[in-house]
Formats: sequence, structure tokens, C-alpha cells
Amino acid sequence: MEIERRLLKKEALAGLVEKINAAGRKVHAPVCEGARVEFAPIDSIAEADLGYVQTTQSAKNLLFPRVERILSFKRRGGAMETADPDLSALPETVVLGMHPCDAAAIGSLGAIFTWDTQDAFFKARLEKLTVVGLSCAAGDEYCFCASVGLGPGSTEGSDILLTRLASGDFLAEIVTAKGKALVELAPELFLPAPAGADKDSALARIEKSFTREEAGERAKARFDDDALWDGQALRCLGCGACAYVCPTCACFDIQDEGTTSRGVRLRCWDSCGFPAFTIHTSGHNPREEQGARWRQRLMHKFSYMPERQDVFGCVGCGRCSRACPVDMNIKEHLIDLLEAKS
Amino acid sequence: MDELRKKARALLEAGEVRVVIGYGGGTGDRARAIFVREPERADELIFDGRCRQNLAIYLTRREVKELGKPAIVATLPALKTVLQLAGEFQIAEGGLVVLAPGADGSLIEFKTFADIEKYLAGAASPIDPAEQAEMDRVRAMSPDERWKYWLGQISRCIKCYACRQACPMCYCPRCTVECNQPQWIPVPSHELGNLEWNVMRAMHLAGRCVDCGDCSRACPVGIPLYLLNRVLIGDIESNFHQRAGMKAEVDYALSTFHPDDRENFIR
Amino acid sequence: MSDANVYKPSVMRIEKITEEAPGVKTFRLLFNDPEEGRRFSFKAGQFGEYSVFGEGECTFCIASSPTREGYIECTFRQAGRVTSALFELEEGDTIGFRGPYGNTFPIEEWKGKNLLFIAGGIALPPMRCLIWNCLDRRDWFRDVTILYGARTVADLVYKRELEEWAARPDVKIVTTVDPGGETPEWKGKVGFVPTVLEGMAPSSENTIAIVCGPPIMIKFTFIALDKAGFKPDAIFTTLENRMKCGIGKCGRCNVGPVFVCKDGPVFTYAQIKDLPAEY
Ligand SMILES: Cc1cc2nc3c(=O)[nH]c(=O)nc-3n(C[C@H](O)[C@H](O)[C@H](O)COP(=O)(O)OP(=O)(O)OC[C@H]3O[C@@H](n4cnc5c(N)ncnc54)[C@H](O)[C@@H]3O)c2cc1C
Ligand code: SF4
Ligand code: SF4
Ligand code: SF4
Ligand code: SF4
Ligand code: FES
Repeated sequence: MEIERRLLKKEALAGLVEKINAAGRKVHAPVCEGARVEFAPIDSIAEADLGYVQTTQSAKNLLFPRVERILSFKRRGGAMETADPDLSALPETVVLGMHPCDAAAIGSLGAIFTWDTQDAFFKARLEKLTVVGLSCAAGDEYCFCASVGLGPGSTEGSDILLTRLASGDFLAEIVTAKGKALVELAPELFLPAPAGADKDSALARIEKSFTREEAGERAKARFDDDALWDGQALRCLGCGACAYVCPTCACFDIQDEGTTSRGVRLRCWDSCGFPAFTIHTSGHNPREEQGARWRQRLMHKFSYMPERQDVFGCVGCGRCSRACPVDMNIKEHLIDLLEAKS
Repeated sequence: MDELRKKARALLEAGEVRVVIGYGGGTGDRARAIFVREPERADELIFDGRCRQNLAIYLTRREVKELGKPAIVATLPALKTVLQLAGEFQIAEGGLVVLAPGADGSLIEFKTFADIEKYLAGAASPIDPAEQAEMDRVRAMSPDERWKYWLGQISRCIKCYACRQACPMCYCPRCTVECNQPQWIPVPSHELGNLEWNVMRAMHLAGRCVDCGDCSRACPVGIPLYLLNRVLIGDIESNFHQRAGMKAEVDYALSTFHPDDRENFIR
Repeated sequence: MSDANVYKPSVMRIEKITEEAPGVKTFRLLFNDPEEGRRFSFKAGQFGEYSVFGEGECTFCIASSPTREGYIECTFRQAGRVTSALFELEEGDTIGFRGPYGNTFPIEEWKGKNLLFIAGGIALPPMRCLIWNCLDRRDWFRDVTILYGARTVADLVYKRELEEWAARPDVKIVTTVDPGGETPEWKGKVGFVPTVLEGMAPSSENTIAIVCGPPIMIKFTFIALDKAGFKPDAIFTTLENRMKCGIGKCGRCNVGPVFVCKDGPVFTYAQIKDLPAEY
């Protein structure tokens, strides 16, 4: 579909949220929560903070909740009965004001959840999600979208991408059929775009420090350079913060709860950075040291995912680095990887 | 800072330690832990108000232990941690060098745990006014309000375990949440799982927490975990007259049985 | 749901329980829904996720042969939460099963060759499926040799089958226990599998070697086979990385670019040599 350009007046955003709510859809948007900004459901645009640089957590919860029921079971008489969760009850949802990195991340998540075997849970949620992205007017020292093939105004993954123009009004690029369907909820708000609407000058300047292909190749070439990985990861604590805030990390655990006669099977986030992630029953741990786990994180995103799923596993949002309690800065360490001699 | 760098270089050159665990510059104006192994890199060490991480966390980490004998740049809470870890038999006297830089550029090198004890006995541990204000606010709540407050806070927990991983006293090779026979604490990050996790962790730290605040600072979603810890610190102090990190020998109230222990709470 | 729930297990009934060794049992399982049973098929080397509802899932290979239709078997060692719960079950109880997952041994490509099976400890199950499969197609192959070792005599699993195989004129079988693990009546060898293997001086000529066992045994067996002249692509094994989903999503079994659950668990030594040593 060819991208259509429209103008959404700054006052019209409130009306758009109302119309979406009125159509029975839920709206999630960045909301200021004290020192942090997080995606949360909103009833009116006044609750949203569209001037944010980055939320602490990504919005992946909407597609891949941190805890999700994948089965329930109940013993009836002698027989065990299992039942699927009712995914038809999922609400139609619009996420409004998500930056281009996060919108692109949906593709990476999807590549995992639809790799040969189709994950019905992810797909059902995705089907009901419409992404109204928001170009970035500002970045910070952690952002590196431009180094991973994206940019502050990329349309990838957005159904509609908004860019706040100098006038304060929004340029709306309608990218997909889903975006078009959303416009249909309030067609009167989407005015013809002025011919001279200048998107580029409204975008943040994000430096391109490397290319993701280079990063992947170098990481692979230096795989056996233990001094490099162990050196970078010495201060890493092996927590799940980086993976849990990351919009593309998809690793999960499966846990049963309840009794042997009645209960549920849940899946919940997990991380390759945890020391026990890979531990065998014998106690043998294939990734015994944090250096190997940190290497896995970078390799999975920059080498394995491109090789196997034909997508990159990092969109340069910088969340992992901001959230890391010990300042493991992924961008800096990727640059290290490229610069250090092997 | 010069004193610190000089000392670090000398220790490494003399082969007295293999690594100096200290602070270096990080992203923007952040400071971060660095591990100086070559004398010529001692100049990367910094010490100022940004240097808050409790570096004693690294004393029990296998990857750091493998480097050999360490010197550690210790803030006040890190000094307490050293004593508490010693009391719990995780580190031994002579196994490390403890360097405490002062704000004025001075440097104290502690030769013995007894010296640290003496130093701490005379040192004030100021509490952050904003944190104290939050503490007072929560204390003033009715039990019902306070319960709601905590349910709200804890519902935001994502079970990333950054608090545990950052905590120098959470050194167990296998945490209770990872014990699954029985599964004491639910693994998923739902309401019950979060509540049990955070209460369990607070209880395991009661009387052991040195109040460094690193769990709260590590928490990516900003749950004020220090509030839980401080209440328990207060309770342990008033009931058992113990405070973690003041002595290198620990007679830990919650795990030591004395024949004359009160039993009137058992009903 | 438009797509099926790939995490939904079939319900299976335990038809028969065999105690193999201390802490090791074999379950013979039947699909509760006979229709599901008729549709089900698998190949040697594949595995499944077995569950005790309320306790969780765990990964075992299918230990019965695909040539024996109508049921599947698994043999497992009591180790942790789920296996302990399984251990408590009785004949007639139900469990969950998802599968079959993973790749298979390329048995058809081995036609006309000698087969050398080398197994250690509880790792006989994946091998047992394969051995029965090959014995049921015995005319496809030339010499068939089985070397099986365990820590002690008591730890040898499938004792009944070992006898049955030993009685066959068309199978050569060598059993061994680790030094100190023998009993006065023990007639087999005493020694670690790789050492016994070296003593057997197997010919690599037109021979496929299949190795299953604990990582340390595999490592030294590879060395012994290498010395005996086996080419890396004539040596097969299975990797047993920790798994959760079994379908390439949860990330747990990822080793280098490979997902053991999806690309494995069967690999040649040639393939393993290219992987990082994270298994
Ligand atoms: C492809 C494949 C095929 C397999 N085939 C077989 C087979 O045929 N037969 C068989 O018996 N096994 C087989 N296994 C191994 C089997 O999957 C495991 O033994 C089983 O999953 C254990 O499950 P559990 O719930 O009982 O153990 P768990 O409760 O998960 O515990 C396993 C062990 O790990 C320890 N542990 C658990 N969690 C932690 C933690 N967080 N930190 C530290 N230690 C921990 C436990 O104490 C215990 O010793 C196979 C594995 C794979 C991958
Ligand atoms: S790895 Fe870090 S920068 Fe990359 S997408 Fe994930 S959180 Fe963002
Ligand atoms: S980086 Fe690690 S946690 Fe994230 S998806 Fe990859 S393997 Fe999983
Ligand atoms: S990189 Fe940071 S956030 Fe990630 S595991 Fe290490 S300490 Fe935790
Ligand atoms: S750091 Fe915060 S979010 Fe993470 S487990 Fe601890 S309390 Fe929960
Ligand atoms: S077991 Fe989940 S990816 Fe292999």
C-alpha cells in the first residue's frame, strides 16, 4: 500500500482518542508516572505524555504479556479436561505515540512467534493491535536507531505514523490497511496534508555509529575472544532488567499453577542473562559465566536472529542501557566490538 | 582521587592485589564499576558523589573472584557490607584490601575488620531526606491505605530480579524462588507471585540488610524497596538490638536459637 | 483461535509402568482420544514435552520405536519437580503430552552400513527407540554393535531388552559398568565407555556411530571414535539442552545459530564441531 499523507491538527488528537474509545477500542499511550514514562491505558489525550524520549518498559506487554495463561485444566470424574484461553475476548487496542524503534520491534517479536510454528496468542493480540507511531523529535545518549537500520521517522511497523511539525500539528502517514481502517473511525479529522509539510526537519538527529550487519559480523568473528566478552560483562549482575524492558526479547518460561486436579499453565518472561536459564538437570551449565551470557544476548540479536529469522533483534531503543543497574551500555559495547582489534 | 589512584597503582604493582574494584566514568554523568587489573589503568579510577553502587556485591561473584585477590573502593555502606559478609563467612580477613576514599580526597586503608568496626562506630549514616519523607508518609497511612499502597507498588514488579542481583547480601547460589520442590514462591509476575517474592526477599534480608539502597536503585520500575528494608531494620533493632554491618561477627537474631529466647509470641 | 494452541498437550493414559533401575521408570502411554492416537506418528530421535498437570512440563525423548504403533513409551529418571510428580503416578493415571518435536536420525541413509551404538547411563532411551527401529529393519544394515555402559550394574536400564538383544545372533552387544560399579555376578566389562570402546577397536569402514550419554562421556567418546578413524559426519549424537517450548520460541535451547529443539536434537559430530561449546 502506498503511504498516504494527511494532516492531523494538534487539537484533533483529543477527538481521535474519543472516537477510538467510542468505537469500543482501548487506547494505550505513554503516561508520565513520577520519574518514569510508561505505556498505560488512557481515556483522554490529556493523560498522555507525547513529549517523552523513551518509556522505561516497552509496550511488548500488549503482545507478549509478562504473564499469560496458555492453558487451563480440570479433572472431571477420572478424566483430565484441558481448555484454551478465550482469545476472542481480547479487546481491540490502539497504541498511540509509540516511537518508530518500538513499532519496528513488533516485526522482530513476530519473527520469533511465527517462526514455522504459529503462536496463536501472539498472533491474536497482534491482529487486534493498531499502532499509531510518533516520530522522535529528540533522542538521548542511549538511542541508536540509526545504527540498526531505522531512524527517528521510520514508518516500519506503524499503521499510522505521526510526526509533530513545527506548527504543532501532526503529519499523519497512513501506512497500512489497519491504519486506514482507523482513519475511517474519524475521517473528518484527517485533513489533506499541505504540500510543503517538512517531516525531516521535525526529526531528532540520531548519529549512525555503525551498521547492524557490521555489528553482527564482528560479534561473530570475535566469538572466541573471551577476554572481550568477560571484560565487558564483569560488572553485569545477571538480572533480567535488560531483557524485560527490551521490546524484542521474547524468551519465556512455562509454569503450572494450581493443583493436579485444577489449575492453569502460564508462560512468563525469562532471560538468557539469568545464570540458571540454561542449567541442565545434571547441574551442568552450558553458559556458566556471565561473559558467555552477555555474548549470547548480543549474538542472539545481531547474529542468530538475522541468520535464522531474517530480522535483527535490536531496534536501538536504548532501554536496556537505561534500565541496567550497572550501566552496561549496549551501544558503547557494540562500538567497542567494532573498534577493538582481534 | 590522586591518593586512591596512587594506592591502587602501588597495590597492583606490588602484586598485593590482582584487581582493584572501583568506580570509573560511565554513560553521560553516570559512574560505573570498573575492574582495574593493570597498574597503568589506575588513573581511570574516580571517586565522587556519583559513585553510589555498593561494590561489595562483586566480592562474592564468581567471575570477579576468579581474578584473584581484590582491593575494593568502599563507600560507607560497602564497609558495612564487608563486615556483614565477613560475619556470614563469605569473605575472610586478609582476603581483600579495603580502601575508603573520603570526600576530601583522603584515603583510609583498613588493615583489619576491627578497624572497620571502630571506624563505623563513629561514623554517621545520613538518611536521604526525600526517602525519609516517603517513609514518614507511608508510616502515617492507615493499615488499609498502606496495604493498598504496597499492592500498587508491587503490582508493578516485573520479576526481573535486578534488586536481588544488585544486593550484596543476596549471594545465595540458588535463591528461594528457584527452589521448586515445593515451589515456595510462584515464578510468574502476577499479584501473588510479586507479593510473595518481595515479602520473602525483605524477610530474608531482615537483620542482614546493610541499607545500601542498591536494590531500590537497581529496580527498573522504581519500587521503593528501601522502605520495606528500613522498617525491618528498625524492628530488628528494637527487638534484638542488632544492626547489620556493624560487626564482623554475627549472632544473627532470626536464625540463632537461645534457650532464653522469648516464646510468648507463639500461640 | 484461528491458529491452534501449540502449547496444548494431548491427554494420555499410562497403560504400563516398568521400573528400570533405582529412580528410573518407563511409561507406556496411550492417547485418551483414539482418533488422536491414529493420527499420531513420529520418527526415531524425536522428543516430546510430558506434563503432570499442576506441576509442569519436562522433556523426554520418545523411547519406543515408531515401528511399534499404537503407543509411545518414555523412560525417565526422577530428578526434579515434574519427574518426581511423574514418579508418583500409577497405571491408569493421565498425563499431558506435546510432540513429536525435533529432527530425526536419518535411518534410511544408513542402509547397507554397519551400525555402532554407544550409550551411557540414562541416555539409552533415545537410543532404544533407534535400536528397535533398526532391528525391526534389520535387513537394511550389516553388522549391528551395541556398547552400553552405566555407573553401576543397578543403573543399567532396559535389562530385559539387553538380554533380548544379547540373545540375537545378528547383534553384538557389550555392556560395561564404571570401575567400582560391578557386582560379583557381573559378566560384562568394567571400565568407562570411551576406554572400553578403544579396547573394542571398532572399524570405521562403512560404519555409522551413534553416541548418547552425559556430556563428558560424549566428549571422550568422540575422541576415541576420531582415533578409530570415524569421520565427523559418520558420528551422530543428540544434544540435551534445557528446553521449555520445544518449538523454537522460548529461546532456552539456543546454541549458536542452532535451536536444539528445532534443528536437533540429532546432530552429527561435524555439525557440533561448528557450534560454540554451549551444550
Ligand atoms: C531432548 C531431551 C531429551 C531428554 N530425554 C530424557 C529422557 O528420555 N529421560 C530422562 O530422564 N530425561 C531426559 N531429558 C532430561 C529431562 O528433560 C529432565 O531431566 C527433566 O526436564 C527434569 O524435569 P524436572 O521438572 O523433574 O526437574 P526440575 O525440577 O526442573 O529440576 C532438575 C534439576 O535441576 C535442579 N534445578 C531446578 N531449577 C534450578 C535452578 N533454578 N537452579 C539450580 N538448579 C535447579 C533441580 O534441583 C534438579 O536437580 C531430556 C532432555 C532433553 C532436552
Ligand atoms: S537490545 Fe536494548 S537497545 Fe536493542 S532493542 Fe533491546 S532494549 Fe532496545
Ligand atoms: S537476547 Fe536473550 S533474552 Fe533476549 S530474546 Fe535473545 S536470547 Fe532471549
Ligand atoms: S546487562 Fe545490566 S540489566 Fe542486563 S543482566 Fe547485566 S546487569 Fe542486568
Ligand atoms: S528489581 Fe524491581 S521489578 Fe525487578 S524483581 Fe525487584 S522489585 Fe521487581
Ligand atoms: S525449547 Fe524453546 S526454543 Fe528450544
